[in-house]
Amino acid sequence: MGQITLKQVRKSFGDVHVIPGVDLTIEDGEFVVFVGPSGCGKSTLLRLIAGLEDTTSGIIAIDGKDATALPPAKRGLAMVFQSYALYPHMTVRKNIAFPLKMAGMSEAEQASRVERAAKVLNLTNYLDRRPGQLSGGQRQRVAIGRAIVREPAAFLFDEPLSNLDAALRVGMRQEITELHQSLKTTMIYVTHDQVEAMTMADKIVVLNAGRIEQVGSPLELYRNPVNLFVAGFIGSPKMNLIEGAEAAKRDAATIGIRPEHIDIIDGGPWTGTVGLSEHLGSDTFLKVLVDGIGTLNVRASGEVGRQHGDRVSLAPQADKLHRFNKDGRSVK
Amino acid sequence: MARAVSTRTKTLNTVIAGTLGFLIFFPILWIIILAFKTEEDAIRAPLEVLFQSGWTTDNFSTVQARSDYFKHFSNSVIISLGSTLLGLVIAIPAAWSMAFVPAKRTKDVLMWMLSTKMMPPVGVLVPIYLIFRDTGLLDSRFGLTIVLMLINLPIIIWMLYTYFREIPGEILEAARMDGAGLKEEILYVLTPMAVPGIASTVLLNIILAWNEAFWTLNLTAAKAAPLTAFIASYSSPEGLFYAKLSAASIMAIAPILIMGWFSQKQLVRGLTFGAVK
Repeated sequence: MGQITLKQVRKSFGDVHVIPGVDLTIEDGEFVVFVGPSGCGKSTLLRLIAGLEDTTSGIIAIDGKDATALPPAKRGLAMVFQSYALYPHMTVRKNIAFPLKMAGMSEAEQASRVERAAKVLNLTNYLDRRPGQLSGGQRQRVAIGRAIVREPAAFLFDEPLSNLDAALRVGMRQEITELHQSLKTTMIYVTHDQVEAMTMADKIVVLNAGRIEQVGSPLELYRNPVNLFVAGFIGSPKMNLIEGAEAAKRDAATIGIRPEHIDIIDGGPWTGTVGLSEHLGSDTFLKVLVDGIGTLNVRASGEVGRQHGDRVSLAPQADKLHRFNKDGRSVK
Repeated sequence: MARAVSTRTKTLNTVIAGTLGFLIFFPILWIIILAFKTEEDAIRAPLEVLFQSGWTTDNFSTVQARSDYFKHFSNSVIISLGSTLLGLVIAIPAAWSMAFVPAKRTKDVLMWMLSTKMMPPVGVLVPIYLIFRDTGLLDSRFGLTIVLMLINLPIIIWMLYTYFREIPGEILEAARMDGAGLKEEILYVLTPMAVPGIASTVLLNIILAWNEAFWTLNLTAAKAAPLTAFIASYSSPEGLFYAKLSAASIMAIAPILIMGWFSQKQLVRGLTFGAVK
């Protein structure tokens, strides 16, 4: 079991209100990603759930029981840190067994659980090494191993992949997703990388300045961002946001159109000059300086034979257009 | 980047450095030489001492016969080890709290502790002497252990604080997440990681306590007197016996020199801990 409920959780450091008040329910078995720019309070929120920070007010309940005042050790949660936080003086085996030892488990049970976790994570050959003798990806696996052996109510991940190189990150991302599918344990994952959020999450929580901007599945957030912040944050490349006359024509303060929802066709309503073109083979990214609007990012699939300086005509897909009022809220 | 240095410059530098080193070492060398001379030879002109006198080991046996070396030695061991270990028991929790849960005034407290080392000890001799007299701690190993622990405590806390600060907080948080209470966290995670730092703190403080002379001379008479008092007893009051004084000095400093020699690697490693990542 691993249902976590936050009720009006606040956190202040002196006069600074990092989390001004958050309500959130995380269902058992869900993979929830907290995403947002740096300093948005996502790590603080995770640390509040972990018990590593005390809440200023509000209630954190785990499986229906109030855990607000419980120390981290008593909450039954496991955490994987950005720096891995392995114990450098212990072997991999002892690192993974540490939480079991703290729980007072018998040596035999410890050994068998460590063996099992090592097998799942391909660490069997490294059990007698120390963390200093492992690569970044292996250390990450040990940190995950240490988290899974005790069968926690939920896993907390604090930007676990940000110290890995790009190729390894993609691999570990998939491993963590597979781990979630096989364990079916609640996972809360903090990242500033919206690609990680989109690919891994059942549910994304977008945070900005300590406030929850929107909660929803990746595709919900992609299709129906409730405000400009979410619209700009989710999706890569970013959504084009257009203000002024073009927006006013559609009865909005700002309109948004994703790069992949702009077609390059003759006779479109917008015309402009190609500034930059990036040809990836599978996709082509164009930066187009559109007359009277400004620079728009356009993504076309496949190879598009347009180069710097070419004139192009563009048409936004009408049903994919997002409209926002002057407060930045989405209007239907 | 390597700089080009001519052989002449190198030779010159080596000679200058060697000479300076020898000059600094000379008094100790002289003590070693005098320790193996008779009292009559020891007060002769330096060149005569070197070239026109014989060698003898009588001084060492005389010194041992006159003032029980081993009693003073064991006092020194008990006082320096005892004060260091007692200091650790107080300093580890103190340094832990200051390094990992600092409060607004933690820096001030640390500075205040250090400031006690800036005060000349003689400034508090009278109150401490009176306290010791009235509580019957004069000339007791226990009293001396307490005093040496207290005067070295700021250094122990400062050193440990510096080492603890090098330990990433996330590792301790990981231990907390893994179910460790405060006791387990300090015992299984913090202390093993801080072992190099703790070891050099221990070594340095044993040396400091071993060599401490002001309090040991003022607060002891016969029973609790350590080796510093043993050396001092050969100076002025009975007239200067250079040869015996030298022999006593060598006997007093040899143990700590030998310990320092064998632990120098650990000491240097500990003292430069964290300086180079």
